[in-house]
Amino acid sequence: MESYSNKVMEHFKNPRNVGDMEKPDGIGHVGNPVCGDIMELYIKVKDNIITDAKFKTFGCGAAIATSSMVTEIVKGKTLEEALKVTNQSVVDALDGLPKVKLHCSVLAEQALKRAVDDYLKKTTGKGLGLPEEDAGHQCMHELPEELK
Amino acid sequence: MKRIYLDYAATTPVHTEVFRAMEPYFTKYFGNASTIYYYGRESKKAIEEAREAFARLLGADQSEVIFTSGGTESDNHAIKGVAYANKNKGNHIITSKLEHHAVLETCHFLEKEGFKVTYLPVGADGLLNLEDLKSAITDKTILISIMAANNEIGVLQPVAEIGEIAREKKILFHTDAVQMFGSLPVDVEKMNIDLLSVSAHKIYGPKGIGGLFIRKGTKIVSYMHGGEQEKRRRAGTENVAGIVGFGKACEIAARDMEKEIKRISRLRDLFISDLLKKIPEVKLNGSLVKRLPNNVNVSVKYIEGESMILNLDMEGICASSGSACTSGSLEPSHVLRALGLSHELSHGSVRFTLGKYTTKEDMDAVLLKFSEIVDRLRKLSPLYKSEKKGECNCDGTCGG
Ligand SMILES: Cc1ncc(COP(=O)(O)O)c(C=O)c1O
Repeated sequence: MESYSNKVMEHFKNPRNVGDMEKPDGIGHVGNPVCGDIMELYIKVKDNIITDAKFKTFGCGAAIATSSMVTEIVKGKTLEEALKVTNQSVVDALDGLPKVKLHCSVLAEQALKRAVDDYLKKTTGKGLGLPEEDAGHQCMHELPEELK
Repeated sequence: MKRIYLDYAATTPVHTEVFRAMEPYFTKYFGNASTIYYYGRESKKAIEEAREAFARLLGADQSEVIFTSGGTESDNHAIKGVAYANKNKGNHIITSKLEHHAVLETCHFLEKEGFKVTYLPVGADGLLNLEDLKSAITDKTILISIMAANNEIGVLQPVAEIGEIAREKKILFHTDAVQMFGSLPVDVEKMNIDLLSVSAHKIYGPKGIGGLFIRKGTKIVSYMHGGEQEKRRRAGTENVAGIVGFGKACEIAARDMEKEIKRISRLRDLFISDLLKKIPEVKLNGSLVKRLPNNVNVSVKYIEGESMILNLDMEGICASSGSACTSGSLEPSHVLRALGLSHELSHGSVRFTLGKYTTKEDMDAVLLKFSEIVDRLRKLSPLYKSEKKGECNCDGTCGG
């Protein structure tokens, strides 16, 4: 395997924003144990701005580092800006990821989208219309086309 | 930083006595062993001495062992060689789901060539059921290939019993003994073994050299075609220094085996019992009793293997995991899955393999560091929280 960048290792060693959140305004839960990665992202929202983000992750070094990075990126962003955060921006912020680990950045993006979706559903009754998370879903180790 | 190496099943450092024995064969005695003058004779003599040491450690005759490039080549040679040479008798091969990829991938290849392969299941303890083996045998079966000791979980298969069944049915029996050779006694006569693979780098010898035992009279196709080396079974100018190192490693293994089995298995047993006491919700993978003296393989609930390995590495401790994330493949270890472990527990496995230079102090230090790491990662894990509250809602595969 390619090795991890220093940035990835730094976030893996000292992950930011770990842990539970008292009364989160939105929760994003993605992944499952079959694939070996599960991410849970919690956000606090005030006046359309994400004021705090925390996470818990079961997974490899890259899963933990991408979770940590996405919480850092998203704090202070408006909901609209947060929805524009892509997996690539997480990868770039980490100075790259080994190819076989790119799916972790996709999970981080999805966890964020789902947390925003959850918040919107709770507050406006209308979410982003994301597909249901399928319990028996395929692991995303197959890379999306644009990442190949 | 003091480093503690606990991955002796992956490879071992070359023993200094081995290194010293090899050195003259790079520069001083550089001759091609096929030549008849002084340099050639020196090389030839060294090869034959190594052959004797290797054969002795197996209870075989010198004429029955050849040198190869390692465990992978020996497995390929044994299985393909027997399959092609005995095609007229049948096309069926029996192996197990626990085998090393060197055996499994060879069998997959032969399936494409028209052979039929049965992959026997194993019990939750990793042991093969002999009744399953007996009932898998057909009149087309030409080869049984079952590993002596598993590289991930260290489980020892009942090799002698398998050999007896094979002998009775007149089927050839190959065993991948890469992990067992040099650390436990092997006797090809008593165990009714027809073909046996070994690798030098697992027994404090150099990498890229190994051996294959082929019982006298066994029908087998040569692997490498070319010169006359190894009685035409394996052509190519011999890796003399490698062979010398391998021979020396065999000598040392024979000399130290009894003492090392006692010492290492004591360290292992203590570590396993301390670990299971100190860290809650940890499970030992594979049989506790039918096990290599140096193998510890555990699954730690709620956390993933690669993140444990990286954390251990940060503390100077080298170990490995059956998690998909550490192999670069998509699936967690086929061995752990064959034991019936859930995906979560397969992803959460760690293997510590002890060796010659492992001390009690090392193991105590590892236990301490490891339990801190587990605590830290569990605090990061969403599974830990939800299962603690008894509301695992992630589709029923959790922990199961
Ligand atoms: C059981 C088993 N078989 C085969 C091999 C392959 O041996 P080598 O690395 O010498 O090709 C290994 C080691 O990786 C092994 O553990």
